Amino acid sequence: MGGASSVSDDVKPPRFEYAAPTSLDEALAGLAEYGDEASVLAGGQSLLPMMSLRLATPARLIDIMRIASLRDVSRGEEYVEIGAGVRQAEAGRGAGVRLLAQALRHVGHVATRNAGTVCGSIAHADPSGEIPAVALALDAEIILTSVRGTREVRAGDFFISPFATARAPDELVSALRLPVRNSTTAFLEATPRLTNKGEFATAGVAVSLERQDDGRIEGAAIALLGVGQTPIRAHEAEMLLAAATPTKKLFAEVADHAAANIDPEGDIHSGPEHRRRLIRALTRRALEEATQ
Amino acid sequence: MTAIAVTVNGTLHEADVPARLLLADFLRDSLGLTGTKIGCGTGVCGACTVHVDGEPVLACTHLAVQAAGRHVRTIEELAPEGELHPLQQAFQATHALQCGYCTPGVLMALAPLVESGQTLDEAEIREALAGNLCRCTGYEPIVEAVLDAARR
Repeated sequence: MGGASSVSDDVKPPRFEYAAPTSLDEALAGLAEYGDEASVLAGGQSLLPMMSLRLATPARLIDIMRIASLRDVSRGEEYVEIGAGVRQAEAGRGAGVRLLAQALRHVGHVATRNAGTVCGSIAHADPSGEIPAVALALDAEIILTSVRGTREVRAGDFFISPFATARAPDELVSALRLPVRNSTTAFLEATPRLTNKGEFATAGVAVSLERQDDGRIEGAAIALLGVGQTPIRAHEAEMLLAAATPTKKLFAEVADHAAANIDPEGDIHSGPEHRRRLIRALTRRALEEATQ
Repeated sequence: MTAIAVTVNGTLHEADVPARLLLADFLRDSLGLTGTKIGCGTGVCGACTVHVDGEPVLACTHLAVQAAGRHVRTIEELAPEGELHPLQQAFQATHALQCGYCTPGVLMALAPLVESGQTLDEAEIREALAGNLCRCTGYEPIVEAVLDAARR
């Protein structure tokens, strides 16, 4: 056995109390006791950098990764449920949700996906995040659990503003419930450097299309990321697709609509007009890819 | 302080650590394994890539307490007796490093690809490398090194 000779406390993150419960009940009791003074630690790929930068200073961390019951992907006929402890890499390999797998290739990098969780990204609610956009496109339900009980919130009601959600301080995002759909999907995004998938997206699009037997579109979902306070659905653009026969001309019109109905802000990477153009191009290409 | 027992490069280490101690600092300062480098400290550059239970992760976005009970593998383990790992030999042959600061993280990110024994294409290598910043090489010789190592 090796000895750890000296242990330094000269580190970046602020001090906090740490708990690593092995049961869900213990974790929920901790959240009930400490409320918004506590942060849930899952993969830590957003929280720990924020703590090292002192942008987050939780008094207590509740590490949920030792809770076995949260580590499962359960697949039923109607839903796939991804537990709070399921890492992104695991979900990409094993959840069997095509749009999620497509989007996960753009989430961080291999090393961050080996740690970060799907539900952690939902709870973090970055408006340029890929996983929230997928949840919105698929009408997913976010399962919130607390000592008070369990409730389900539709993705459309969950994301409120950047990094703010419908989760109460004593609640845990215990699972993401994705409906099983017979749909064709595509996920595309633009990053500042085109060759690097892992960067934060300037803008992105998640598309899910259900087709009738004759090839016409039965249901369409288009979710946009990076161009609003939360991921947003392009509802008007979706309506143009209802019962329509897919053509390149139609997709171009739909993409124009999606781009015309957003009001993006500018930042160091891109101005509002550039983001609108990105959404137009990405939406058109994603619709074409989803119908190929 | 939290008591942890963590296996690093096959050796079990027990220590009392502050909860806020990052895994990268534990490896470097407490265990003296300074091969793991800290670049950005915020999960962007990949210099601190190590393996936890066989998979590449970033030691600067992990707490030491999260590694309790797990197996950590660091760059020091690639050449335990001083004999270079095939990937390290290939890096030498193809000049895949210059200043060398990113190299431990790059090697740990890419070692699983080489050790898997599978046939590699350039796209896979670039995807595995996407989380590691290198300001010297332009990445081309690194990709070449992985292809070379896979052939060894």
